[in-house]
Amino acid sequence: MYFCTDFKDTVICSKMQRKTLVRILSVLLFIGSFSAVAQDHGMDVKEIAPGKEGNKTKKEEIKEFINHHLLDSHSFNLFGSTDEETGETHHYGFPLPVIIWDEGLHTFMSSEFGHGDEIVESNGKYYALHHEKIYRTDAQGTLNYDAEHGDHPTNVRPLDFSITKSVVMMLVVGLLLIWLFRSLAKSYAKNGSLPKGIGRFFEPIVLYIRDDIAIANIGEHKYKKYLPFLLTIFFFIWFLNMFGLTPLGVNVTGNIAVTTALAIIVFLITTFTGTKDYWKHIFDPLGSGMPWAGKILIYIILVPIEILGLFIKPFALLIRLYANMTAGHVVLMSLIGLIFIFKSWIGGPLSFGLSFAISLIELLVALLQAYIFTMLAALYFGFASETHAEHEAHEGEIQHL
Amino acid sequence: MEKLVNDFSFGLFFWQIIIFVLLLILLRKYAWKPILNAVNEREEGIKNALDSAEKAKLEMQNLQADNEKLLQEARAEREVMMKEAREIKAKMISDAKEEAKAEADKTIAQAQAAIESEKKSAIAELKQQVAELSLEIAEKVVKHELSDKDKQLKLVDEMLGDAKLN
Repeated sequence: MYFCTDFKDTVICSKMQRKTLVRILSVLLFIGSFSAVAQDHGMDVKEIAPGKEGNKTKKEEIKEFINHHLLDSHSFNLFGSTDEETGETHHYGFPLPVIIWDEGLHTFMSSEFGHGDEIVESNGKYYALHHEKIYRTDAQGTLNYDAEHGDHPTNVRPLDFSITKSVVMMLVVGLLLIWLFRSLAKSYAKNGSLPKGIGRFFEPIVLYIRDDIAIANIGEHKYKKYLPFLLTIFFFIWFLNMFGLTPLGVNVTGNIAVTTALAIIVFLITTFTGTKDYWKHIFDPLGSGMPWAGKILIYIILVPIEILGLFIKPFALLIRLYANMTAGHVVLMSLIGLIFIFKSWIGGPLSFGLSFAISLIELLVALLQAYIFTMLAALYFGFASETHAEHEAHEGEIQHL
Repeated sequence: MEKLVNDFSFGLFFWQIIIFVLLLILLRKYAWKPILNAVNEREEGIKNALDSAEKAKLEMQNLQADNEKLLQEARAEREVMMKEAREIKAKMISDAKEEAKAEADKTIAQAQAAIESEKKSAIAELKQQVAELSLEIAEKVVKHELSDKDKQLKLVDEMLGDAKLN
């Protein structure tokens, strides 16, 4: 928002769009570097508080911290600090509501778990938190393990509908998107169909998605039906990715449940908007180009592959986004962890420099993954909404994909 | 894979679907539709403006062509008028010349006639005077001769000298 009010003259402002972009990027980079520093800080706290679990090596501790970071959480921790004298760790943040369906509805605040080591009694049932998962337990808080499940307790896991950290972030991003684009929509009415303020930055992106993703992949006639979805999913993923890089560091798009949900929505839209030609292409790809006797032999192999393709496409979407975001976070956190392993004048700055560089790359990845998800979703919609006439025209484009 | 399955949180999945669908509906109604409509309107506006500019340019060209044509016509007309005027002028001059010449001829002829008649009358008068003078001289000569021969002769000489002056 600041970058347009800087220039009073709107004409100059439009000419400065390139410059503005550079400025925004530099601000984002700054945030990225800040996140690296902040995560440093988080590590630091853990590092000087070996207290409770005693003799873990630093490497194990870092690994655990990274795993913990990648997981969803039932409370919103901002930062923690350790009392030097008593060795106690204090966490600063706020608790979030826990909602469990376990033969009845149980609701309480996550603060009742303490720091994850207390048993909560709700309507005669006992619950314990283990690695951010809620298990049903008894009054003593026993967790049973067996060889088959390894690290995971075999206790019953009730259906957990808690408002977790990720859900909060999704709500925040949702509200941010509504506010942002509602104000852009309103600025058109006020400003003679010219965008104003931050809309100047986002309008070209909206237009890019319309022209180069929706129209290019779906076609002039049908893109309107899919465009709201494409715009929403692009900005939703992008913003969540960006929030993942802030000091809040919430890894929402690196969560398999989130990407699965998004991929299932894409799958449902593709399936329910599929035209006759789309289904014909799957079950009768060769059409009348070949006698039925010849077709049967090929179709035994071809049709199952096409049907499998229906499910593989969204599955690839969900795995791609999940893996990319998780990998980015793991690499970033590991590089930051190196600082505490090296603990030297050379290793520290080196790791910091590396993690800073990776942060920059992660900023690009955040945008790229949102773009790829949207692009592929548009491509699948394009396949689904194709009619025969357009099919001929598209053939050339599809072949080189 | 086992880790993935274990990490899969149904609650988060549930909330994600609810939030996303809600977000999609809200954004579609309150943001994307107005934004895209406004952008479309703007693009249409630009297209129309360009079209009408093109049209205006064409009209302008037509107008210019018309003007040029009118100018040409006017020029041609002027040319014709000039030519006619020149012809009229030449004709008028030649007419006037002819008329003047005729008039002059007539005047000259009249003058010649008048001169002729004057001459004739002058000659006639001269003849008469000569005759009268001759008679008078003859009379005087006769009279003088009758008185003195010498005198008469002298007189005749005198008379003759006078007659020369006449």
